[in-house]
Amino acid sequence: MSARTLRYAAILLGILLLVAAPWIPIPLPPIFSEPVRAPGTLNVLALCFVFGALALSYDLIFGFAGLLSFGHALYFAAGVYTTAVALARWHWTLPQALAFTLVLSILLPLVIGAVCLRVRDVAFAMVTLAFAQAGSILVMQNPFGLTGGEEGLALGVNALPAFLIGVANTRNLYWLALGLLACTCVIGWWSVNSAPGRVWQAIRENERRVAVIGLNPYLYKLGAFVLSSFLASAAGTVYLLIEGSASPDVTTANFTLVLLVMVVLGGVGTLWGAVLGGIVYEYLDFRLVVLSNASALQSLPPVLRVPLSEPLFLLGVLFIVLVLFVPGGLAGALRRLNPAILASSGSH
Amino acid sequence: MNVLEVRDLHVHIGQSHILHGLSFGVPRGGITGLLGRNGVGKTTTLRGILGLVDRTGGVDFEGETIATLRTHEIARRGIAYVPEDRDVFSALTVEENLRLAERADCEHQYDLIYELFPEMKTRGAQRAGTLSGGQQQMLALSRALLNGGNRLLLVDEPTKGLAPLVVRHVVDALKRAAQAVTILLVEQNLSVAHKLARDAIVLDQGRVGYVGTVEELMNDPELARHHLGVGSAKADR
Amino acid sequence: MSTVSTVALLLLTGLGLGGLYFLIASGLSLIWGLMRVLNFAHGALFTLAAYIAWQVTLPLQGGNALVAWSTGLVVAVIAGGSCAFLLEVFLIRPLYARPIGQILVTVGVALAAVALVEGAYGSDPKQMTLPAWMAGSIHVLGTDVPTTRIAIAAIALVVLAALLFFLRGTRYGLVIRAGVENRAMVEALGIDVDRAFTLVFVIGGMAAGLAGFLAGTYFGYIDPVRGTSMLIFAFIVVVIGGLGSITGSAIAAAVVAVVQQFLNFYAAPGIGDFSVVILLAAALLLRPRTAEST
Repeated sequence: MSARTLRYAAILLGILLLVAAPWIPIPLPPIFSEPVRAPGTLNVLALCFVFGALALSYDLIFGFAGLLSFGHALYFAAGVYTTAVALARWHWTLPQALAFTLVLSILLPLVIGAVCLRVRDVAFAMVTLAFAQAGSILVMQNPFGLTGGEEGLALGVNALPAFLIGVANTRNLYWLALGLLACTCVIGWWSVNSAPGRVWQAIRENERRVAVIGLNPYLYKLGAFVLSSFLASAAGTVYLLIEGSASPDVTTANFTLVLLVMVVLGGVGTLWGAVLGGIVYEYLDFRLVVLSNASALQSLPPVLRVPLSEPLFLLGVLFIVLVLFVPGGLAGALRRLNPAILASSGSH
Repeated sequence: MNVLEVRDLHVHIGQSHILHGLSFGVPRGGITGLLGRNGVGKTTTLRGILGLVDRTGGVDFEGETIATLRTHEIARRGIAYVPEDRDVFSALTVEENLRLAERADCEHQYDLIYELFPEMKTRGAQRAGTLSGGQQQMLALSRALLNGGNRLLLVDEPTKGLAPLVVRHVVDALKRAAQAVTILLVEQNLSVAHKLARDAIVLDQGRVGYVGTVEELMNDPELARHHLGVGSAKADR
Repeated sequence: MSTVSTVALLLLTGLGLGGLYFLIASGLSLIWGLMRVLNFAHGALFTLAAYIAWQVTLPLQGGNALVAWSTGLVVAVIAGGSCAFLLEVFLIRPLYARPIGQILVTVGVALAAVALVEGAYGSDPKQMTLPAWMAGSIHVLGTDVPTTRIAIAAIALVVLAALLFFLRGTRYGLVIRAGVENRAMVEALGIDVDRAFTLVFVIGGMAAGLAGFLAGTYFGYIDPVRGTSMLIFAFIVVVIGGLGSITGSAIAAAVVAVVQQFLNFYAAPGIGDFSVVILLAAALLLRPRTAEST
């Protein structure tokens, strides 16, 4: 069997395992201490998938189109809040809410992107940050009582259809998240290998050269911006369904920075690296909280215990170490270890 | 010994390979012209010598290797730079521009500068950004001539865009300076080069195309056209 | 309260807030202008210095309040400068050839620092005790203006004067002013710009530390997230005021803070914050040159 066939077989097996997870009775220590099919585990996995999808969406604009946006969280939050408001405040049905979110998650980045992309590099990064910050302020101000301000917005018991509520239906949310990740991966992989996707990468390398050929870089950048923001909003919607409530934490600039950490952690420009970064980050976020309560850690002197029990601190330090010493992220490190793992998703 | 020796200098900028293994020597004293058409890499050569762009290859100044040194260390060894765009600091006054250029280890030749360019004294408190093109050129030259310890001046197209009277002034100043230092002069204009330089190194597509004297190039239009492009020989006499 | 009194109150409190903005923006302006580094860690310097000052002066609480406050101020300045020094030497300098990497590393520091402070002290605010005379207010034009606002504005003015003197009257200041315009040419003059970089970072850190401490005075408490929100305002001030321009930052800081105060009062709470953020977007879109790297 050729290496390629082996690779495809492995991927297929992996997908089958993932789909079958809600029936797997065994735990996976030390990663998961409970059985895989337990609601707790499925919940963590579902969130990991959501963040994997979100990270991938960010890799599309940052890793492939070369646009350093500090406001990507805005679109994730837009997905969360639009669906939440539609369900909880206006009492729409789920399909109605989803349709509304779909339209908004294309229009919003189209308008904002059209404005932000008028400038480049650092100015672009700052403008995206400014808009995200404006969005954050808007949410916190609780206009017309829609967003719930600081307290957030909880979905009432009647907001969602039955098959998405309740501990027993965690598996449905799990599959929903898995489906989101799968669709995002397919769309992502397809787009970077398409003609526009190649133009994105050309723009990342040398924008002027693209303009000289006769293509309009602005339109291609806008396309990348809208697509990645749309995928982020989709992830936001699924996140809302899993969590059951919207919180303003997802609108903060801090959150976009965390996104950046995920993508760099996983490896910029490889798509699967970003997904890996998102999954690993979210998992660590959960795990480290559990770890910090472990007795072994509690017995350490405060000087060590405090930093070690703060997930963001460890991730920040890990991030710094990565930027300094391993610029390629996890993907880069893995690639160096095993040359057979090539970047299969059409990157440099 | 040549005051400057360049060996196999390669410079890449982005994806472009600008200099392809350039090798030449600049003899001590007087003015050597670095000539060539637009875009052959003359400015890049000067920047490569100074370390302002990433380069590989050997560069020796007064017998000492400077290829591995950083720009400010190279400048400290006694090399001054007069860039094509003059690069005066527009927010600073003329006097501040000059003061910034003062190096601690040598004497500062304000008398020479004020003699060559009296306006540097009279306009001392004026912001450099409000100077005319010609005055900025004079300031850039003054900066380079200020430190007595300089032994090599890298000058890039000093007469570009200047009125004929100012060009005369600049040419005279350079001739005067050349009595004390060696000058490597980048020029596109052959007649200006002829007024100032004796030896000529002609670049072509990032390589040395011809080494000789400016006189030779002036006397042989065919040669001039081949290396320097159409009609540059009799441009403006 | 009459309109004149209201305006006076808003104006003076705005100038106090503007003083804070100026302090945190001035360092950022120089760092961004000279080194072309978008320093997200500036907010971390703000926060770390404030908490270090709070921790160090904790034993002094209950004694002479003025002594405690002044000590805290000095400690914050030193802490800000020291952290900035460590940051520049160990994290920023190695990444000189990778500008994106530099930005990313400051992001990492920003996240880690805030998390560290939250872990050590919790997210709840820590009260700041003020000397009695500072805790009161001054009667101006029919209204009572909290003394802190005026004190902070005054301190900011002193710092502005000191920075201007440094930039106009010293050789390092000359190097920095020239370097903000054209770093390569300064190097070509035989000047080691790296040393100026470190100095600029340290000065910026000291100003940020001072801002962190004085923010505690202004709001009456310190918390882990103030630095991050202040940083956004610092960015706004720097972009509007112009990269590398101290006087620009001072004017922009005053304008932004006063506009914010007026809009928050006359329109609705939060409108002011919203507007100045939109102002940032507008400034960047109209003059992108101000933020672009060379």
